Amino acid sequence: MPRTIRRIVAGIAAAAVFGGVVATALADSTADEIAKYRDALQDGNPAELWEARGEDMWKTPRGPKHVSFASCDLGLGAGVVKGAYAQLPRYFADAGRVMDLETRLLWCMTEQQGYTRADATKNVFGNGSAKRSDFEALAAYVTSQSQGVKMNVPLDEPHVHEMYALGEKMFFYRGGTHDFACATCHGEDGKRIRLQDLPNLTKVEGAQKAYTTWPAYRVSQGELRTFQWRLNDCFRQQRFPELVFGSDASIALTAYLAGRANGAEFQGPAIKR
Amino acid sequence: MADPMKIRANAVGDSTEVKVLMSHEMETGQRKDAQGKVIPAWFIQNVHVTHNDKVVLAAQWGTAVSKNPFMSFKFKGGAKGDKVKITWVDNHNDTRTDEATIA
Repeated sequence: MPRTIRRIVAGIAAAAVFGGVVATALADSTADEIAKYRDALQDGNPAELWEARGEDMWKTPRGPKHVSFASCDLGLGAGVVKGAYAQLPRYFADAGRVMDLETRLLWCMTEQQGYTRADATKNVFGNGSAKRSDFEALAAYVTSQSQGVKMNVPLDEPHVHEMYALGEKMFFYRGGTHDFACATCHGEDGKRIRLQDLPNLTKVEGAQKAYTTWPAYRVSQGELRTFQWRLNDCFRQQRFPELVFGSDASIALTAYLAGRANGAEFQGPAIKR
Repeated sequence: MADPMKIRANAVGDSTEVKVLMSHEMETGQRKDAQGKVIPAWFIQNVHVTHNDKVVLAAQWGTAVSKNPFMSFKFKGGAKGDKVKITWVDNHNDTRTDEATIA
């Protein structure tokens, strides 16, 4: 090796050591580089800004009926947030339906706080400070209260089980103009869209890693995105008809993926490119 | 009125490590909206940090700083229980000040 190059390599290695970076300076794969980028960002995850806003929103009386979320039951009792997300979706007898977090929040807004569905779902996915989403802030707060809790979706419950089975069927169902299924992109190791590695959701580890890191702050969008958004955008990329927010189809897919993540520690809200 | 900042301040040895998240659009003035109109620049211009009324950091920012900025820095001194006060002013003259206690 010519001396100058050797010196440069030594310099890079030294910088890496000083920076406390353990990985080799000349990483061979893009995935490693992206992982490093995520680590660097982890410390200052702007998701915390959404969590703070969501916590405020959770505790403040709102809507035409002036009711706070203290009366909203996420499955562990009225107003209980701690660990609730790790056990969703679940069956709610008062609504007669299996619901994921966002659908349940919508139910509390319409049934308890007096919003109309149209009002409550005006901005389900936010876009900048002019068009903020209540759901994204609330989801950030609620999910942050399940950090470190093991996923435990009640799959033994017959209604949930039915949704899980439906979700599994949908996952492998091919359709749309491109004859795509979820499994087309998420059924094999090593698939990617541009530079992004896609998780293999047919494997338990893949499903666990993916499900436990949503919601997430998307750096490229400067927004916090929920699991409903993730599914909605997958549908768009597949050229499927738009997935209706809080529809049974969205809940079935969520139940399938959340159920497969059972046993893994929830880590959201995370940060993604 | 802008959202509050998230501030963490920890005493580490003889210095204090401060980590702060700010909620701001940080528009560069280079982007266009769906109608093709330029979205005007809107960004934090000045950041000012004081520890017990003594300035420990003053910065001038531009449009290269990301949306919802995260800033981390250290200064000498600072004891548990002291206050750290952070102020930003953007190019609309909108401003926000938040305070944290060193832990």
